[in-house]
Amino acid sequence: MNLHIEDFKEGQVTVLKLAGEIDAYTAPQLKEKLLGLLREENADVQVDLEKVNYMDSTGLGVFISGLKTANEVNSSFTLVNLQENVYRLFNITGLNDVMKIENTIRGGM
Amino acid sequence: MSSAKIDIKEYQDLLKQYLETKDELVLYQAEQLSKGIKQDVSPDEIIEQHYKALLDISPDLDENIKDSFEFLIQTMTSYALAYKEYHDLRAKQLELKAEIEVAANMQNTLLSTKVPKVNGLDIGVTSIPAKLMNGDYYHFVQDDEGNIGVAIADVIGKGIPAAFFMSMIKYAMESFPENRMYPKIILELLNRVVERNVESGMFVTMFYALYDIHSNEFYYATAGHEPGFIYRADQGEFEEIDAKGLLLGVKKEVKYNQYVDEINEDDLIVLLTDGVTECRDGDRFIEREEVLEVIKEHRNLPAQQIVDHVYKYLERLQDFKLRDDFTLIVLKRNS
Repeated sequence: MNLHIEDFKEGQVTVLKLAGEIDAYTAPQLKEKLLGLLREENADVQVDLEKVNYMDSTGLGVFISGLKTANEVNSSFTLVNLQENVYRLFNITGLNDVMKIENTIRGGM
Repeated sequence: MSSAKIDIKEYQDLLKQYLETKDELVLYQAEQLSKGIKQDVSPDEIIEQHYKALLDISPDLDENIKDSFEFLIQTMTSYALAYKEYHDLRAKQLELKAEIEVAANMQNTLLSTKVPKVNGLDIGVTSIPAKLMNGDYYHFVQDDEGNIGVAIADVIGKGIPAAFFMSMIKYAMESFPENRMYPKIILELLNRVVERNVESGMFVTMFYALYDIHSNEFYYATAGHEPGFIYRADQGEFEEIDAKGLLLGVKKEVKYNQYVDEINEDDLIVLLTDGVTECRDGDRFIEREEVLEVIKEHRNLPAQQIVDHVYKYLERLQDFKLRDDFTLIVLKRNS
């Protein structure tokens, strides 16, 4: 399976729109893209996960790296529109308490 | 390159026979001969041998045909190089595979843990890596009073780095004092070890529990690990273990909640890694309910046989493949 990655500016916010699956095969390209965007100081990135129907623990690893990078350079990111099964991973791992997550699809929050 | 790898005499004889008789049996023999050609003979060498053999049979070959052979041999040059590279890589790959197998064996030795035998609690466990190296880890300890400590963990990130990382966790855990250690304290100590020692992008989920063998109380805490289940024999139903906590290594100082449940006769405690519920059957993911159903069906068997049945069930599914390492532990309070 593939992951389609698209990014564009919406005012001050950089939107990172993902579609497909985040797993060991697609995680490296996502990591490169996300960390690249977050390394710009004061960057505000909105990661749209609406079209992501599967994510495994390697995907979590990417967002944890993102969190560490964001803290280092004072940028930030928000995860939006998570599918229920994807949100479940953030919930189990306790990451929903340390990351900004908005608009989970079909309940969850 | 040497030409001794093809039996040139035999080739020539067969070619001659075929040109004279057009006999299909000779064609078949040629096929047999091709099977005997060593893989390090390059395609251009074979053409060259053919050309020589042909010249021997018909020395008065048309000049155009002679030249066309020279031309063909030149054309094959870079293909021959690619072919050789392929074989070199294949040899190298076999070598690497052998080395990984050595590492996997070493991992098994380093991470081996004994399943404790204790009256009143029957323990079954299975752990199968998706690739050669296992990123899952489980560990049992028994304290002076006979209580059982059990850890189940999953390194985020797979393969060799994950496996080495797990060894670090194991040795950290073994350095803790041997008297009664509560899950909350273990996770807080481990979190510090992991936070200090990992590169970004590598993290651990762990569920740690202490089973008090005298009071049948089950103490536990989780660091972002997939929740397990308790099968309540009196109700005939599973209850999800409700616990929360941040995975290890994300933040420096983390406080973990500790929970306690009473375990009654014939209850089962089911602990697992997410490989169990991430297994794929074709394009379908295995639901947790399915795994639990199999456990329930075999609940009267010894714990080890229960976990073996689950794995066999998953294996039997068509197109089954492990997408992640798979670990399942069942603790059963005997009546």
